[in-house]
Amino acid sequence: MITVKGLTKRYARNTAVDHISFEIQKGQIVGFLGPNGAGKTTTMRMLTCFMPPSAGTAIVAGFDVLEEPMEVKKRIGYLPETPPLYPEMMTGEYLSFVGSLKGLRGAELKQRVDYVSERCAVADVRNKQLGKLSKGYRQRVGLAQSIIHNPEVLILDEPTAGLDPKQINETRDLIKSLAGDHTIILSTHILPEVEQICEQVIIISKGKLVATDTVDNLQSRTRGVESVLVEVAGRDGDLDSKVAQARIEKVSGVSRVIFKEKRQTRSTFEIETQKDYFVRGDLARAVVEAGWDLNELRSSAASLEEIFLQLTGTQVAAPKDEAVATEAGE
Amino acid sequence: MRNIWLIWRKEMRSYFVSPVAYILLLMCALIFGFFFWTLLQAYLQFSMEAQMRGEMLPMNMPEEISRRLFGNIPVTGLFIIPLITMRLFAEEKRTGTIELLTTSPIRDGEVILGKWLAATTLYCCLLALSAVNIAFLFVYSHPDWKPILVSYLGLLLQGAALLAIGTFISTLTKNQIIAGAGTFCACLLMFVCGWVGEYNSDTWARVLAYLSVSTHMESFAKGTLDSKDAIYYLTLSFFGLFLTARSMESLRWRS
Repeated sequence: MITVKGLTKRYARNTAVDHISFEIQKGQIVGFLGPNGAGKTTTMRMLTCFMPPSAGTAIVAGFDVLEEPMEVKKRIGYLPETPPLYPEMMTGEYLSFVGSLKGLRGAELKQRVDYVSERCAVADVRNKQLGKLSKGYRQRVGLAQSIIHNPEVLILDEPTAGLDPKQINETRDLIKSLAGDHTIILSTHILPEVEQICEQVIIISKGKLVATDTVDNLQSRTRGVESVLVEVAGRDGDLDSKVAQARIEKVSGVSRVIFKEKRQTRSTFEIETQKDYFVRGDLARAVVEAGWDLNELRSSAASLEEIFLQLTGTQVAAPKDEAVATEAGE
Repeated sequence: MRNIWLIWRKEMRSYFVSPVAYILLLMCALIFGFFFWTLLQAYLQFSMEAQMRGEMLPMNMPEEISRRLFGNIPVTGLFIIPLITMRLFAEEKRTGTIELLTTSPIRDGEVILGKWLAATTLYCCLLALSAVNIAFLFVYSHPDWKPILVSYLGLLLQGAALLAIGTFISTLTKNQIIAGAGTFCACLLMFVCGWVGEYNSDTWARVLAYLSVSTHMESFAKGTLDSKDAIYYLTLSFFGLFLTARSMESLRWRS
């Protein structure tokens, strides 16, 4: 549905997007992940024909963004970072304006406006001015606007930014429910979001593609390795954290112990385990047998977060797994 | 065509839903009314003095009043035009709605024409307010209506040309105040650049005088329809819109 080859955007002094290539199949939800300023928005703007690429090509819904932008524009829905709303318009009026911009008319337009305002839960504010809507409503009107012409491809730039947790969940569910009919790219820097809704992830950093893989594959890279947080307290009087650390290090399966902090008589450690070891039982026993109190023991799940930090951090070149940057060199 | 109409309707709505249009209408009604009232006072004074001296009244007084009124309208336009055009693109750039327009299947030209036509329509509405004053002349005397119509045509063409320049300047910035101030400055220069022709007859001065929007108004003000001047205003409109299109295109490359 979307094929991107060597897409590049150069400005006078810097390169915002540097030879990115990837492919997205029909009906997928793809998370476009990267720290702020990585080039997510720039890439999306090139896919939506807002700006032309400096080099490379992108074929969206079967048409080249440079050669046939009109055909591409008919087939995409786009929600920019700030929803493009006219504050003086009513919600219903705005949706039918956008609908007719996209080429809908007459009964079909009316039916689509009804449908999307129902679908995005904005039907109750149809006669309210957009400028007076709350952030959550504005985001949903923005989403309604992007699907009004039933586009094949949906491009959403940080659709959950600035919403409260309840609204974030609602928006995520809404996006998920749209997946069947549309191919969706959504950009974000929130990792759990990707884990929750996306099937595939594209990670970029400083304009370069660093990984593209399915969420499952990325997660399985760290599966088996666990990270555990322990808080130990001395029973009577002080606890020497050095002693405690030495004791914990002796537990089998522990690969690394990091001393986090000490508050009064309590010390906190973060423990990394070796692959496929379950250390929590042994750990608890070891602490109790040493005569200390075990205040807390919980797993701080290794997640996409770590991969993300690894991939986008300073040591970008670190792990060269089979999946990393397979397509980056093309 | 349909897209131009769509944009036109959206712009008209935004003028008339916000207080912008009403404030401009009120301003124009007051200013035109004041001009007309002072001209009428002068006329009454003049005719009274003429009667006291036992002279005949000049026959063309109503025409004289309408001509002077039409002479003052472009000056008012100088202040009104920046207020009409400053928001056209600057506001869309600031709120980000420009992204909606440029990613929709609609041509830049259609957006520009729709916006410019909406601005011109609003300017027409403002000009129409002065017709209320002119109507009084028709009630109490019998002026010739043809020169009046020609004057209106001239005002409209001049307004359309300056509005096109204003539309262009509005694409250059996100800030409405800058767009408005820039347009005012550009319009003022276009008005006064003819002055150099008054004391200088070098070629460059004559060219500059020819380029001034005010010199081309003279034939219209006299009630004569000169195609040369009409074509000048049409060319200037086209030039402004052409610059707007280029500027909008460069927006895509720059942003």
